[in-house]
Amino acid sequence: MKTALSTLEMRRATSVAEALEILRDEPRMPIAGATDVYVGLNFGTLPELRYLDIWALDELRTITVNEDVLVLGALATYTMMVASALVQERLPMMIEAARQVGGPQIQNRGTIGGNIANGSPAGDSLPVLAACDAVVVLQSAGAERRVKFTEFYTGYRKTVMRRDELVVAVEVPRVSGRQWFRKVGTRAAQAISKVVVAGVRGEGARIAVGSIAPTVIRLTATERALATGSLDEAMVALRGEVNPIDDIRSTADYRKRVTENLVRRFWTETA
Amino acid sequence: MRFTLNGVATDVAAHPMKRLLDVLREECGLTGTKEGCGEGECGACTVLVDGVTVCSCIVPFGQAQDADVVTIEGLGNAHGLQQAFMDEVGAQCGICTPGMVVAASVLNEDPSLEEIRVGLAGNLCRCTGYAAIYRAILSSARAGKA
Amino acid sequence: MTTAVGQSVSRKDGIGKATGATKYADDLHFPGMLFGRTIRSTIPCGRVKSIRMDFDTSGFTIVDYRDIPHRNVVALIDEDQPYLVETEVRHMAEAIVLLAHEDREKLLGANVVIEYEEAEPVFDPERSPHSFKDITIEKGDVEDALASAEIVVEGTYRTGHQEHVYIETNGVIAVPEHGGIALYGSLQCPFYAYKALRSVLGNDHPLRVIQTETGGGFGGKEEYPSMIAGHAALLAVKSGRPVKIIYDRVEDMVATTKRHPSIVRHRTGLTREGRLVAMDVDVILDGGAYSTLSAVVLSRGCIHAAGPYRCDNVKIFGRAMFTNTPPNGAFRGFGAPQTEFAMEVHMERIAEQLGMDSLTLREMNALRPGDMTATSQVLKQDASALECLQEAVRRTDYRRKREELKGTNRGIGLALFYHGAGFTGAGEQRLASKARLDLTATGARIMVASTEIGQGTRTMHAQIVSDALGVPYETIEVAQPDTSVVADSGPTVASRTCMVVGKILERCALEMKERLEGMTPAQYHAKHGAFSIVKEHIQPEWMRWDDDNYQGDAYATYAWGCDVAEVEIDRDTYEVRPVKVTAVQEFGRPIHPALAMGQIEGGTVQGLGYALLEHVVMKNGAMANPTLTNYTIPTTLDTPELDIVMLENHYDGGPFGAKGLGELPMDGPAPAVVNAIRHLGLDLRDIPAIPETLIACASL
Repeated sequence: MKTALSTLEMRRATSVAEALEILRDEPRMPIAGATDVYVGLNFGTLPELRYLDIWALDELRTITVNEDVLVLGALATYTMMVASALVQERLPMMIEAARQVGGPQIQNRGTIGGNIANGSPAGDSLPVLAACDAVVVLQSAGAERRVKFTEFYTGYRKTVMRRDELVVAVEVPRVSGRQWFRKVGTRAAQAISKVVVAGVRGEGARIAVGSIAPTVIRLTATERALATGSLDEAMVALRGEVNPIDDIRSTADYRKRVTENLVRRFWTETA
Repeated sequence: MRFTLNGVATDVAAHPMKRLLDVLREECGLTGTKEGCGEGECGACTVLVDGVTVCSCIVPFGQAQDADVVTIEGLGNAHGLQQAFMDEVGAQCGICTPGMVVAASVLNEDPSLEEIRVGLAGNLCRCTGYAAIYRAILSSARAGKA
Repeated sequence: MTTAVGQSVSRKDGIGKATGATKYADDLHFPGMLFGRTIRSTIPCGRVKSIRMDFDTSGFTIVDYRDIPHRNVVALIDEDQPYLVETEVRHMAEAIVLLAHEDREKLLGANVVIEYEEAEPVFDPERSPHSFKDITIEKGDVEDALASAEIVVEGTYRTGHQEHVYIETNGVIAVPEHGGIALYGSLQCPFYAYKALRSVLGNDHPLRVIQTETGGGFGGKEEYPSMIAGHAALLAVKSGRPVKIIYDRVEDMVATTKRHPSIVRHRTGLTREGRLVAMDVDVILDGGAYSTLSAVVLSRGCIHAAGPYRCDNVKIFGRAMFTNTPPNGAFRGFGAPQTEFAMEVHMERIAEQLGMDSLTLREMNALRPGDMTATSQVLKQDASALECLQEAVRRTDYRRKREELKGTNRGIGLALFYHGAGFTGAGEQRLASKARLDLTATGARIMVASTEIGQGTRTMHAQIVSDALGVPYETIEVAQPDTSVVADSGPTVASRTCMVVGKILERCALEMKERLEGMTPAQYHAKHGAFSIVKEHIQPEWMRWDDDNYQGDAYATYAWGCDVAEVEIDRDTYEVRPVKVTAVQEFGRPIHPALAMGQIEGGTVQGLGYALLEHVVMKNGAMANPTLTNYTIPTTLDTPELDIVMLENHYDGGPFGAKGLGELPMDGPAPAVVNAIRHLGLDLRDIPAIPETLIACASL
């Protein structure tokens, strides 16, 4: 590990209330499954030095339905979601996404709350949440607020969260319409997304794409065009709102063309 | 900090952010768990924490508090899988083998080939092309049934 | 009679590996041990202006080039590479300063500030002003034959870097002992490291190199360990304490060798019926910043560049070019995967242009016993190109599938290939490898420098000795390679460990058997005590090789193969998934069928990674994706069903008829996959065939 241990400090919270008090008093980075934290620590690239371990907060390790809303506790792991009948029934595209995260070891540790808070544009579950109009539940000491998932990110790995807040859950209202998911990764497993598309086709279309912008994005212009016009018109709209970049994993051109092809496929397959 | 290591109550004083991998290798002297990548990608450091596989290179030791940790050493020499890995040449260079065996140990008792492939998708092997590993696990399952 | 050979006996090292008991370099600890760290260049080309230690240096051992007691050169072939930069920096991640400390945290925290004067780097091998080595192979008159050929087909084919990704990174421990150094390390060639240490430390120190259990090599631990061994030894000499250097994955990927990228141009003349009449081949390898093994990689690449085909007029011109990138080096196949890739994709394109079936084209031109290779070697009866081709075609129902799959999202393609076993030409004669067999109280002990790196050296050698000596396999021990006790059986490379070293061991065992005069080892040992037999390699008397003109018997024998790949494409994402690969390979005779199967399966999957996934992204002369997350080797889910067929065609000069096998399986998958992708209608000529490349490919 490239980061010196002596520079690091971790506290363990035993309840959500305690965690929120700690966050109120001092800025710390909450860590759950730590699947991304140690990548940064091993490479010596993570600026955070003080951590709050929330892995033991079993009260956040829940998957429930409350008034027709699927509530995924922040510590619900990918493995838990894959095994959940509630997720299978209400959000099957999340199961597809969860199955394709890393390998089993990562699925056992990676959490939905971590994926949200970490905010990587390549986070596999994020397009699912964006496409189903999920709501992020944030708590701070003595307060709670709800933020629309589509308004949660403000830039590359930047969110509306304050440092004293914790993601405690994400709420997914009932999704009406057909769900569709496709991840294009660097290989078949243990893969980082190059393009990941989640779509819902109900009365209109809701399409979210990861890995093609600084944050996960909804293709709002494309959605509007699909609702009112032809697929070809939608493709024109798509080209106007998709501007990916080259990086070590893929190219802008590839991402753009594949996004177009996949949205086309989504629309055809869900017809 | 207390945890159970290979069935034995254990107390180790180490930094809570120290990687579980390093605690096992350096503080506990259990070098069967290997480091291949340091980023949870290769699975060479796979151990069981509370019965599920994790990459110990990305688990802070602090999170192992009160947990039940099992390493390759804790599976015991009598584990049928290990004999099968030997018989079927599921181990070539052997560096991925401990992690592979630990990952295989939590597959269901009579796994299909597809279940094995999915279950081992987090463990990289550069020598075998995986085929002999599948043969080892399938033959171990057959022996278990017999 | 054989009782061990031909049986899949239990691996000598099986259970230790399966239980995690086996100790690798990083598992070893020596009292008083320090940890070593390498400070590397952060520019690809230029000069070091100043070096400043921006940390509290107490407790540190610091080494730069001025601390080198003897020669600052990694002894290999051309001796151009320094252990530590003096002033000139030729590539990114070049070692400049070494640090050691007992506390790894302090070691990692040390900040060394280096100022440079940067110069203009060369990254494009085609524009490089400097070639490490030129090779010309010429037979007949190519220009004349091309001028009169009925059809000429041209093409250019490119392959990228490939990283070895042994799961155990490079690592060594240098331990002071008896006024000298004992070097423990993860390595393939103990005597290479020994020679390199002699060069850096001089002749005053006693030295020995001990191979620790090695977690994969694939060529990546052939020459590179000489570098890291020298570094650890320098720190150990200066500090007087054991020093361990283990690279983390990023350092290993950024700093150590890779497979040479290649550009191969073909100009081929044929008759209208498809008979090859002229082959003009131009081979460029990107050697990187120092020569290392590039000359010999180029040599093997060029010798295999005309593929397993007969043609009277051949000219192969090869160059290994200098670039300001970390040196490329040995990697399973050693130049042949690159040139055979080009040849086999070119054959497909020739067939397309002739409007003929590529299978018929290959059948018509494949080398048969009695035919002459590009170096004018006349093949003996153990040449099996046609047999491999025919078996692969039969087994996969190739002709029918090729027809049926046309126009679908599935494609099927094939590659025919061969691989020379052992060192090239007079190489084995020059090496003059020795093997030693010691009689023990219970059996015999093999004393060779050939290393177990997963491929099964110990087991396979023990089988050979067991049968030649006529004693049970279990009574044969294999010594861990330690240069102070074992015979120098040469490097563990070039598919030579079974065929060449195994043969010497067989001769040792036969002589030992004679000496025993009918007694068992135990009886003899009880009566007369122990003795040793040492034998040296004998070059087959018929072999002739002209090293100046690259003509003659390049290899004592060749192994042969034909791979068939079936792939599936997603036409929206251009992801190509291998569905099934059939590998038919003839390598004399399998000494241990399960080990041999493992070599073919493992090599085939490495070849599939090379073809489809493994993309080294270079930026400013350094690997920009040096992690296992971003440099993607195949996982279980990327690996298709493998159908392996082992054909036998014994080679008289090998132990029990065996040839070399280790590298052969690497040669076929990439062209088979690319030809399958061509079958899908994409004009692909380069690897890796990542979706980003495919999406830009023209349709056929």
